[in-house]
Amino acid sequence: MSVLGIFSRRPKKTAEAARERLQILLAHERAGLSGADFLPQLQRELIEVIRKYVSVDEDRVQVKLEREQHLSVLEVNIELPTPSERNN
Amino acid sequence: MAKVIVVTSGKGGVGKTTSAAALSAGLALRGFKTAVIDFDVGLRNLDLIMGCERRVVYDFINVINGDAKLHQALIKDKRLENLFVLPTSQTRDKDALTQDGVERVIGELREEFDYIICDSPAGIERGAFLAMYFADEAIVVSNPEVSSVRDADRMIGLLTSKSRRAEQGEPIIQNLLLTRYDVERVEKGEMLKVEDVQDILAVPLLGIIPECPSVLQASNVGTPVILDEKSLAGRAYAEAVGRLLGDDVPVTVPRGSKRGLIDRLLRRTA
Repeated sequence: MSVLGIFSRRPKKTAEAARERLQILLAHERAGLSGADFLPQLQRELIEVIRKYVSVDEDRVQVKLEREQHLSVLEVNIELPTPSERNN
Repeated sequence: MAKVIVVTSGKGGVGKTTSAAALSAGLALRGFKTAVIDFDVGLRNLDLIMGCERRVVYDFINVINGDAKLHQALIKDKRLENLFVLPTSQTRDKDALTQDGVERVIGELREEFDYIICDSPAGIERGAFLAMYFADEAIVVSNPEVSSVRDADRMIGLLTSKSRRAEQGEPIIQNLLLTRYDVERVEKGEMLKVEDVQDILAVPLLGIIPECPSVLQASNVGTPVILDEKSLAGRAYAEAVGRLLGDDVPVTVPRGSKRGLIDRLLRRTA
């Protein structure tokens, strides 16, 4: 940044970020989807179902929830054992 | 008919006690017989803000337990004829508040007073719940800041579903009081605008209290800030009291007349 740049620098509009974050958060909290309390239970049940077909390690299951204004993404990542592991 | 108003917020430190003190003093100034109750059991502070801390003999919990009569515990304000403070206990814990006890005391106060202001503790536990449960109206205090707005939203949800009025199918009247508002920071885009907070919370606006040195000065000496009639915060509270009583005063964004030297020079040349 040039010396002049310091003086012409525009202030960051953090208030806008605050408003957007609140709008997204509160829309979910009001719908009772806050806290994602159901995630651990979901993870346990998913593992149970998948174990009927393949053996999976509990540490290799990841459940993530990403909340946006108009949609939420529930991402379930299950790492299946490699063939070599399966033979053991 | 007596009206019970809770001053609540969820989050701590946003100005509940300052507001409860100012609003109750304002109602008394307007001629209404007003009692203000401290519900923050164990962390007594309303007495200090009201400047009657050295006159506390009996408290709210003593009255609930039957150790003292209500009129023995009520402290008459030395400045305002119509104003009374019911302090809380400093030694008990929040379990000392019972629903039956609170109902009985509020019922007794209703017979004698025009307004009963309940100064809620922070949080959403027993003290905060009982402070709002018997209320006819609620004043939700929030700062223009994310965590305080979120907690205010939570509180609005509880008022809407868990208050006695809500249970009886008669909604509790809710108002928003936005405190510590700094118009210059708002204009710089550094602070949430009043319109944004109002949009998000969707509750009618009772007033905007500016960030103002008079609030700390008033608390230093134990005077409700509304009695500092020259201060911006004092005037903003007086207008809020007016609106509470139905005055048709539009909400304005409070702005000081003093500006920094550089700011004035810049504006002059602009």
